[in-house]
Amino acid sequence: MVNRTSSANVLMMKKLLVFTLIMFVFGYALVPFYEKFCEVTGINNLLKPDVQVKDNWVDEQRWITVEFDANTRDLPWSFKPLQSSARIHPGQTIEVMYEITNNSDREVTGQAIPSYSPRFLDKHLKKFECFCFTKQILKPHETKQMPVQFVIEPGIPTDIQTVTISYTFFELLPGAGNTKK
Amino acid sequence: MAAVHGDAHGHGHDDHHPSGIMRWITTTNHKDIGTMYLWFSFAMFLTGGTLALGIRAELFQPGIQILQPELFNQFTTLHGLIMVFGAIMPAFVGFANWQVPLMIGAPDMAFARMNNWSFWLLPVAATLLVSSFFVPGGAAAGGWTFYPPLSTQGGLGVDLMIFAVHILGASSIMGSINIITTILNMRAPGMTLMKMPMFVWTWLITAYLLVLVMPVLAGVVTMLLTDRHFGTSFFNAAGGGDPVMFQHIFWFFGHPEVYIMILPSFGIVSEVIPTFSRKPLFGYASMVYATASIAILSCVVWAHHMFTAGMPTVGQLFFMYATMLIAVPTGVKVFNWTATMWQGSMSFETPMLFAIGFIFLFVIGGFSGVICAIVPIDIQVQDTYYVIAHFHYVLVSGSLFALFAGAYYWIPKWTGRMYNETLGKWHFWLSMFFFNLTFFVQHFLGLAGMPRRIPDYNLQFADFNMVSSIGAFGFGLTQLLFLYVMISCIRSGEKAPQNPWDGATTLEWTHLPTPAPYHSFEKPPVVK
Repeated sequence: MVNRTSSANVLMMKKLLVFTLIMFVFGYALVPFYEKFCEVTGINNLLKPDVQVKDNWVDEQRWITVEFDANTRDLPWSFKPLQSSARIHPGQTIEVMYEITNNSDREVTGQAIPSYSPRFLDKHLKKFECFCFTKQILKPHETKQMPVQFVIEPGIPTDIQTVTISYTFFELLPGAGNTKK
Repeated sequence: MAAVHGDAHGHGHDDHHPSGIMRWITTTNHKDIGTMYLWFSFAMFLTGGTLALGIRAELFQPGIQILQPELFNQFTTLHGLIMVFGAIMPAFVGFANWQVPLMIGAPDMAFARMNNWSFWLLPVAATLLVSSFFVPGGAAAGGWTFYPPLSTQGGLGVDLMIFAVHILGASSIMGSINIITTILNMRAPGMTLMKMPMFVWTWLITAYLLVLVMPVLAGVVTMLLTDRHFGTSFFNAAGGGDPVMFQHIFWFFGHPEVYIMILPSFGIVSEVIPTFSRKPLFGYASMVYATASIAILSCVVWAHHMFTAGMPTVGQLFFMYATMLIAVPTGVKVFNWTATMWQGSMSFETPMLFAIGFIFLFVIGGFSGVICAIVPIDIQVQDTYYVIAHFHYVLVSGSLFALFAGAYYWIPKWTGRMYNETLGKWHFWLSMFFFNLTFFVQHFLGLAGMPRRIPDYNLQFADFNMVSSIGAFGFGLTQLLFLYVMISCIRSGEKAPQNPWDGATTLEWTHLPTPAPYHSFEKPPVVK
């Protein structure tokens, strides 16, 4: 009886340890699951091109000022939009050019991450082309001009007159496991 | 039957054990380990309480007087971490160690040696946490939930915190495995699952929750660690990660965690109320099912902590309704306790006072929880003192009051001596008064918009903050009275009768002498 209880206890401990291990792995499995979930539901698709809507109309009664902002963080690039702002009608497609220059003597890979103001702008902003959809590789002292093509949908609330689209370039370090999917 | 205790537990059952400090370091006795857990958690309670008093002293008046903002942030962060992981959780494990074997008629915990390890990991983790105040850059300061990017940017203090959380998690997992195995495999003959005392049931479910979510917490802090030092980008947007994902994974652990801290207190209250009402617990089976329902629901409500982090409306609606649904099994419990008292011959000794105080104040905390669950209101009160008031009503007047109730209820069984009833009642009434003085006004502060975790505030909040700070110091000092009551009980309390509570019907009161002998139930009792 003694041995039976004891071995039953050890068996139970083994089962629970396996369960613990499974839950630890599950914690990590949440990472790809989260990304897939966001992708499928379209919650977090700032870095994916939007599809052009056919019956798009232009609200010519309204004007919206779009301000362009550009930043770099910890990488030796200069980065700026060729125009600081634009006045457009909601529904009107516009293309804006940005310029990046690598000021260093080495090849640098960067990734731009967008940020919008007001925060819900991503619901009304459709981007068809953007340098942020892929990583950018610049040779030493190379300069490159890159377009962003987008439309602000007429559904945007009427109290919004000015919006800001901001990009920040971060360096992608080789072999650090932080490549953009 | 003499062989029942045998060598199955890896230690002899003779009464000769090392004396002095070695007794405590090497002990594998569940009662010794339970005692150490309780003293450890009380020491951590005073440490975390001191930090809280630092916070309240700074908030006594507007402006910066005592704590610079950086240090203030460290105080709020470590107050939360120490109270959650150092005080409340180990205290419940201490109760489990003492009471689970006694209540199910087992001679000891299933894995006595592992039990010793899981305790002695705690002082190591506590040392890491407390010493982090003295490293360059100070302790972690990004809040007890350690959201990135603050936690990926902080200094050495954050690393110490991460290791402490790892160790505490390992300790909790080992403790839970021990408790589950003990409860499932070592019950006395005749004690079916549905005859187990409610405290044992709540701990069984809590232990399952712990092995479910603690590994996820270990995973998420490991991700944080590799983000900080090994170039991964789980939470770093620049590398393709997502800081909001941290919040999802953290709260997948974090919400069950709050039920880990409240379910055992439901268990204690479910023992105390029937004893002092001299009636069996009303609706025992529904209590078991309600506990299980709460545990299951607690795993699908995590994102109600993140309503303002960005979420589709359908997600907000799901988490709002799922959260409100928890009020149903919780309501079942509250009604069952009330029905247990109904027409009972009640008496109001200190454990009963704390248990009734628990029900009264926990219900307030529960209702403010339902209010916070409503998305449009939550967006208003997010990160304000309303939330602070809500979770202190469930954690202080919930978990902590239940711990006090349990301590007064079982101290005669543990020590063979009675506590001073008059002083115990003073402890209750002073705690009740000062607790409400501290936290009730914080509802108003939160509704008026005072943000949490900020060392300074607008002049309009001054009066309520002064009231709250006075209450906090009163509450803190009152707990020294508890320490005095307990020490004087242990050293010089009156001898307790075999069963000082004539309504108590669980095994430790009916089948064991008082105080409980060092080795109990070597021959298992037969439960009819």
